Amino acid sequence: MSTNVVVTGLGATTPLGGDVASTWKAALAGESGARTLDNDWAEKYGIGVNFAAQIKVKPEEVLARPEMKKMDPSAQYAIIATREAWADAGSPDVDPTRLGAVVSSGIGGIWTTLDGWDTLRERGGRRVLPMTVPMLMPNSPAAYVELEIGAQAGAHALVSACASGAEAIGYAVDMIRLGRADVVVAGGTEACLHPMPLAAFAASRTLSQRNDNPAGASRPYDQDRDGFVMAEGAGIVVLESEEHAKARGAKIYAQVSGVGLSSDAYHLTSPEPTGRGQIAAMTMSLKNAGVDLSDVHHVNAHATSTTVGDLIEARAVRTLFGDNADQIKLSATKSLTGHLLGGAGALETIFTVLAVHDRVAPPTINVDNPDPELTLDLVRDTPRELPRGDIAALNNSFGFGGHNVALVVRNA
Amino acid sequence: MAYTEQEVLAGLAEIVAEETGLAVETVTADKSFVDDLDIDSLSIMTIVTHAEDKFEVTIPDEAAKDFNTVGDAVNFIVGAQG
Repeated sequence: MSTNVVVTGLGATTPLGGDVASTWKAALAGESGARTLDNDWAEKYGIGVNFAAQIKVKPEEVLARPEMKKMDPSAQYAIIATREAWADAGSPDVDPTRLGAVVSSGIGGIWTTLDGWDTLRERGGRRVLPMTVPMLMPNSPAAYVELEIGAQAGAHALVSACASGAEAIGYAVDMIRLGRADVVVAGGTEACLHPMPLAAFAASRTLSQRNDNPAGASRPYDQDRDGFVMAEGAGIVVLESEEHAKARGAKIYAQVSGVGLSSDAYHLTSPEPTGRGQIAAMTMSLKNAGVDLSDVHHVNAHATSTTVGDLIEARAVRTLFGDNADQIKLSATKSLTGHLLGGAGALETIFTVLAVHDRVAPPTINVDNPDPELTLDLVRDTPRELPRGDIAALNNSFGFGGHNVALVVRNA
Repeated sequence: MAYTEQEVLAGLAEIVAEETGLAVETVTADKSFVDDLDIDSLSIMTIVTHAEDKFEVTIPDEAAKDFNTVGDAVNFIVGAQG
């Protein structure tokens, strides 16, 4: 019998709020986190997109200045979310050799990288700060979380672009199941709202160009969707073996009971059109969780609001679930938060956990005219109730590189 | 324009405070960076980088390595000014 893994703590800093409670409340209210950028990048650098979903509460409002200066923003967000999640879990007294950390970023410490390069070019090598490397390295957020909680059972940073946050949580579940740890703090973070990545994503034509209406730009499954909205933030969960959680009388939100992974082996950036890899990941996660197709009542879709990607996933869900898909309430929460890239899979796991815990599927906004090819029950504009009793939900996350991750969440 | 010893100490204390979160007034000339102020080697190098910038001097690694107290750094910087 494999170990049950439960969620005992949640933490986040997002475009909707500085913590989980405010983020979830804003999500259920159907608020958008996207705004016109509070800077002159678009004009100054000639970037075609002048909006994004910036985090609502700036790190300087939460962190002490000396600690902030030693962290890339991606690590700052991860630490803010970790402190909330750890406190939410009751700051448990865990044997440090049984405590792990898995925190991913899709892009890494790009502010630090580019600031260091600017300093080097403008002021020379002696002005490049000694902390530059430990701040820019992609495992830096994982290392800071490891230090924060004193985790000695391993600290890891799995990188799979926009699937990174979900893959981190999947790996953490596996660590507990394999007996390497009893408690693992896991999630994803992203802080790449810098003009260079903004220009680069804009150049790849994957971003929405709806400059006149940022809040209406992320519109998964709407006929007029034209790309995703860049966002930043972090989501962190405390995962724990059910035995460990129960022994200490912890509050349990839900179980993460299935992990499914696959890779498309098709194209660097385009998802495989038949959804073969996505179906494989979802199938594996359900089998891994020991749940039937008929147990699943909610899917938090990857759905980034791109023309091609949204429908491939929707078709994959329909193909896999068949008639059982009729009972699934589909939510595309990137319509609210924008796309947190490496943070997305973690934040959306938090949403899925809360959906199962609170029995409510969060809304998808901006779907004025649903794509006629969508045959699933999309939760639009207002939250919808999920059934009582034992239910399962699925969180899908896919990334450039053909990475597919599906996580199954069940009620506790 | 050369900085006086007083000005260098005050400026260095500000850099140390900014880097470590210590109160400026605790950064006095007699304090050891490592033993009294508990500053690690990477932070000392960061402080040296900022000090070079602020006082427009070059502090070679061999010199920085020998800084035990804040006063050692102040003396070096005062002496290194043009």
